[in-house]
Amino acid sequence: MERRRAAFQSGLAVFAAAVAAWWLPQVLELFSIINATVYTAMAVLALSLALVWGFGGILCFGQAAFFGLGGYAYAVGALNVGDTTWAIPIALLVPTLAAAALGYVMFYGRISDVYMGVITLTVTLILFNFINSTAGEEWRIGAAPLGGFNGIPATPPLNVPGDPGTPLTPEQIFVVALACLAGCYVLCKLILRSHFGRVVVAIRENELRASLLGYDVRLYKLGIFTIGGAMAGLAGMLFANCVFVSPTMFSLAYSGQIIIWVMIGGVGTLFGPVVGAMLLQALTAWAGTLPDINPNLILGLVLVVAVLAIPRGLQPTLAGLLRRREAP
Amino acid sequence: MDAILATGIQALTGIASLLLVSLGLAIVFGMMRVINLAHGEFLMLGAYSAILAVEAGVNLWVAMLVVAPVCVGLLGAVVERLVIRRLYGRMVDTMLATWGLSLALIGAVTMAFGNSVAGFSAPLGSVQIGAYSTSGYGLFLIGATVVLLLAVWMVLRFTPVGLIARGTMQNAGMAAALGVPTERVYALSFAAGAAVSGLAGALMAPFSGVVPTMGTAYIAKCFITVITGGAAMLAGTATAAGLLGSVNTIGTFAFTPVLGEVLMLGVAIVLLRLLPQGITGRFFRRAL
Repeated sequence: MERRRAAFQSGLAVFAAAVAAWWLPQVLELFSIINATVYTAMAVLALSLALVWGFGGILCFGQAAFFGLGGYAYAVGALNVGDTTWAIPIALLVPTLAAAALGYVMFYGRISDVYMGVITLTVTLILFNFINSTAGEEWRIGAAPLGGFNGIPATPPLNVPGDPGTPLTPEQIFVVALACLAGCYVLCKLILRSHFGRVVVAIRENELRASLLGYDVRLYKLGIFTIGGAMAGLAGMLFANCVFVSPTMFSLAYSGQIIIWVMIGGVGTLFGPVVGAMLLQALTAWAGTLPDINPNLILGLVLVVAVLAIPRGLQPTLAGLLRRREAP
Repeated sequence: MDAILATGIQALTGIASLLLVSLGLAIVFGMMRVINLAHGEFLMLGAYSAILAVEAGVNLWVAMLVVAPVCVGLLGAVVERLVIRRLYGRMVDTMLATWGLSLALIGAVTMAFGNSVAGFSAPLGSVQIGAYSTSGYGLFLIGATVVLLLAVWMVLRFTPVGLIARGTMQNAGMAAALGVPTERVYALSFAAGAAVSGLAGALMAPFSGVVPTMGTAYIAKCFITVITGGAAMLAGTATAAGLLGSVNTIGTFAFTPVLGEVLMLGVAIVLLRLLPQGITGRFFRRAL
């Protein structure tokens, strides 16, 4: 039953992504297509934290660090290699290694939850400060200047594999992004169905019991954290393709937003955070157009009210309401 | 000799300001185990209330030392009543709610005062030390930090209110069983922490420009200081501020201010790897 439901949900997600990939480019203008790609990249980012926090039980305040690293690794790789296809594995490898290193320090140091949040936050801030200070000619990796506060405006888009002369159109990049989102969703479902995923959830439920049963808690936590880091890097790569990389990718505001998305969508769900990311992005965009109202004010109030009113998040709350209606 | 003295004062100023901005957070975290992510915005509001008071014609010292802590302390009481009280014992939710609060406060202040830098220049001029000169306000800051730290310690150590506070901190359930209104103790602690943050923000205002986002520049430093300090809120925060503040100053002198900060955060992470319970988890365990 459980297995069939997971397969059904995965199929539905792939189908929805395929429909969106076929239909949206026909009806949307170029600007909206690029926006939709940004939303999709953010949804991948939300999914990465949904996995790490919702199922691994690790509240990472620094998911933006891996997001930024992915973006920067892609941009630097693309500018150096030329063929951007080869920049993709670089963009995945760098955040994966960073997540593994950070996770090793935290989990093998047996640092408790609260301290973990602070450490991830701090690492993100270090990166933010560091990248911000890299203005000037001496800060360059190969052919790519890091550009300090301005980032790398000349981030090249993806090209047809093996042919650096033909970059993908924004519509094609949108399709790639959707494929990544659907792929990540299915991957998460597969992970959670596997033995590894079940142990990870067991650790979230009761760490002491899991370790008494003989599982190396540290290793499993490190595993899920690293996967989450890689996924956030992928999101950064997609984001770099439709905007460009800049230090704001590492900023506290981004780290905060990701947590808000997952929180609103529902901790411990996968679909909720995706919807949460899209909803909150739309809300932020809408708030930005209002005269005299600062978007931060609205975003902040939404978060406070959400924590107080729907602490379980949208998806579980809505599902609970539906269930109550079904069963009299 | 003069050079050493001047550098020493510079380092002490760095340590004092770090301790000053962290103390409010340390009180709230130490007393209530609440991580207040809006701490930076409390600092920012302290600075703004001081500036507004000065513009309204209030004496500079009164504005900094009285108006700012009172305003932010009242705000803290309101916030505790509306938000924090509903989330006791839910650490992560408190973190998220205060983060929301922080964003909302930044937004509200930006709307009210715009995104421009305000501020007032440091009073007290400069003091000559041999061939060097140092700012008199820096010396005042060091003194003010020492006085504030001593005041908090004496309240906790020698007054009946302090006794109740320490009891609640050590074992809230037992304190409640003995008739201590722990809810009111928590409310007061949060307001007191907010007031100290407001005072710190106002005192730091002449050093850093006052902008709506100034809190974000401090928040990471404050956190890492309090967390590195560990369970004993005063001794821990003071030792951590001493250590990290010196690292920061040395890094700033040897390289750039940015690298100084990076170095400081790096040292803190290594320290937490070695002492997961913070400095006072191993040393000065019985201190306050």
